[in-house]
Amino acid sequence: MSIADRLEGKRVVICAGSGGVGKTTTSAAIALGLAAQGLRVAVVTIDPARRLADALGLDELGNEPRQVDPARLSGHGLELTGELWAMQLDAKRTFDELIARLAPDDQSRDEVLGNRIYQELSSAVAGSQEFTAIAKLYELDRSGDYDTIVLDTPPSRNALDFLEAPDRLTGFFEGRALRMFLAPTGIAAKVMGAGTGVVFSVLKRVTGVDLLSDLSVFFRSLGGLVEGFRERAAGVKAILEDPATTFLVVTSPEREPVAEAVYFRGKLRDAGMPFGGLVVNRVHVRAPDEEDPDDVRAALTEELGAPLAGKVATTLREQQILAARDEAALVRLAEETGETDPIVIPQLDGDVHDVDGLVAIHRHLFASGEERDALLAAAAF
Amino acid sequence: MSLLTKPLVVVTGKGGVGKSTVAAALGLAAAARGLRTIVAEVAARDDVSRTLTGEDDGDAEVFREREVAGGLHHISIDPQAAMREYLFDQLPSRSVAGMMSSSSTFGLLVAATPGLRELLTIGKVWELAQPGRRTPGADPYDLVILDAPATGHGVAILEAPVTFSGAARVGPIARQGRTIAEMLGDPTRTGVVAVTTAEEMPVNETLGLRDALRDRMGLPVDLVVANRVLPDRFRGADAAALRDAADPSSRAIRAALAVSARARAQRAQVARLRRALGDVPVRTLPFSYAPVLDTDALAPLAHRLGAIL
Repeated sequence: MSIADRLEGKRVVICAGSGGVGKTTTSAAIALGLAAQGLRVAVVTIDPARRLADALGLDELGNEPRQVDPARLSGHGLELTGELWAMQLDAKRTFDELIARLAPDDQSRDEVLGNRIYQELSSAVAGSQEFTAIAKLYELDRSGDYDTIVLDTPPSRNALDFLEAPDRLTGFFEGRALRMFLAPTGIAAKVMGAGTGVVFSVLKRVTGVDLLSDLSVFFRSLGGLVEGFRERAAGVKAILEDPATTFLVVTSPEREPVAEAVYFRGKLRDAGMPFGGLVVNRVHVRAPDEEDPDDVRAALTEELGAPLAGKVATTLREQQILAARDEAALVRLAEETGETDPIVIPQLDGDVHDVDGLVAIHRHLFASGEERDALLAAAAF
Repeated sequence: MSLLTKPLVVVTGKGGVGKSTVAAALGLAAAARGLRTIVAEVAARDDVSRTLTGEDDGDAEVFREREVAGGLHHISIDPQAAMREYLFDQLPSRSVAGMMSSSSTFGLLVAATPGLRELLTIGKVWELAQPGRRTPGADPYDLVILDAPATGHGVAILEAPVTFSGAARVGPIARQGRTIAEMLGDPTRTGVVAVTTAEEMPVNETLGLRDALRDRMGLPVDLVVANRVLPDRFRGADAAALRDAADPSSRAIRAALAVSARARAQRAQVARLRRALGDVPVRTLPFSYAPVLDTDALAPLAHRLGAIL
């Protein structure tokens, strides 16, 4: 099945996978392909390569999608009959905007934004990018401005963070910890001197009183936002479980990304979230009729001379080793994810971080079954 | 000052560039010199131990220090276990510590406090690197190698103690945050190895890491390792002869031309890296064609790292 069939009628496409497997380029190429089919598409990228960002006219200061000038792509043989909108996520800014939107009044907003603990939370902490990516997705989905939204996910080593981070944060806002802080007899009150319980006196001793009071101020000022967060959390959950949402798992054939992809596929199943397929980038494709490198050396010696013919044969042998390794990875992926028809994109010759690379990835992604076979055969060694 | 004479070496870089491979190879190289070494992985990962022992033992070994090769140890640090250990060390009685570590209030507080997981993780790394270990009965190490998370979060982990000692101005966390921050910000005690591949994005991220560490922690990068570099096999006349080959579409010639183009692009990236980094040494590790990256396949990489350090 081509990617176009898989994404038919989808409103939200989330590209997940471990870092360094080509998620950003894949996301952008998918958005490009959908826009070429006539849809109005927004792609949210996390950390695009400078040249790709420039090529798409992405403005990192925007934090809102901007329309990509179709003229940038028409020179590459791609006609955008729809619209392609692209943005680069600014985690800190998205977080600040979310607080501003949810705060009941200016004073509570400023209190949260000015809190040291908040400042730590919104920039550096693991999970904040995941959380804000989801917040952005929610906002764009609610705006109703786009037929499809394609979301690149943060360069996390463990793609699972993406599924869990919103839960961790929103769960906290909903959960017992916050209530404990907010209750009249909660930690906040006890820190301020009334606490006599052993846990609290030990807590003070271990952490220091002023850290606890900073924390309680932080939690108290978030208190006014709880209702908004709760609604959001429910809305986000609904999007992630919607049949019009799909997760594409992106990987390379290397061991760790494959293990992550398998794990992530299982977690999607457990969480009841929709799985749309596998994209395997950077595959060394194995030819069905591999040539023996020694024969190749013999055949080329007269034309190229023995030293160069030897180097060519060595290179072919290495490529065949990689092709066998990648073939085994594809078998493992098929066995362990149940996906027997992944979209395989061969290792491309050039660097893929510009419009040419984007167009090349797009061609592989959106090729029909027959075209795809031909493209792969042409890339086989 | 040589990298391996520092008690702590942090290995970081963009996701997918082979950080764990380099951390493991570095560990083998250090152990081969007779240094009692430990590689610490964070967030309950165990890529290094899987590589070194060939075992896939899941969560069973989290937080246990164990010898995985002669003189080379491994630990996978879990913030929850680090918290427990910290409490038992800090509190006067085991029963109070036990009560705290099983207190749900306390557990929620730890889980909810931004940055605390990072602080606990790096705190354990610091403890491993102390000449007098806090962990009862534990022997000190000559070298701790931290297989840190990918760049952005890696910097966050290193910064956590500074942030906390700022947020808590007085009290034990502030005091310990400062002690840990002092070590992490001291180039004579903490070394940084940035791992990259010779590609656009990882190189950009390496340069960004150099700037972030310098500006935010005053810490220089000691060594950049460009991993998976293709052999420089076809230069000048060879490349020209390939382009003029009688059958340029044959698989063998296509493979040679493709690899030659990729190697050329890599050379340009390594050159860019060297230009931008000035006097930070950049060393390359060859692309490994081994089917599985196990101890045997790591040995040549460890040997090469050992030779350049």
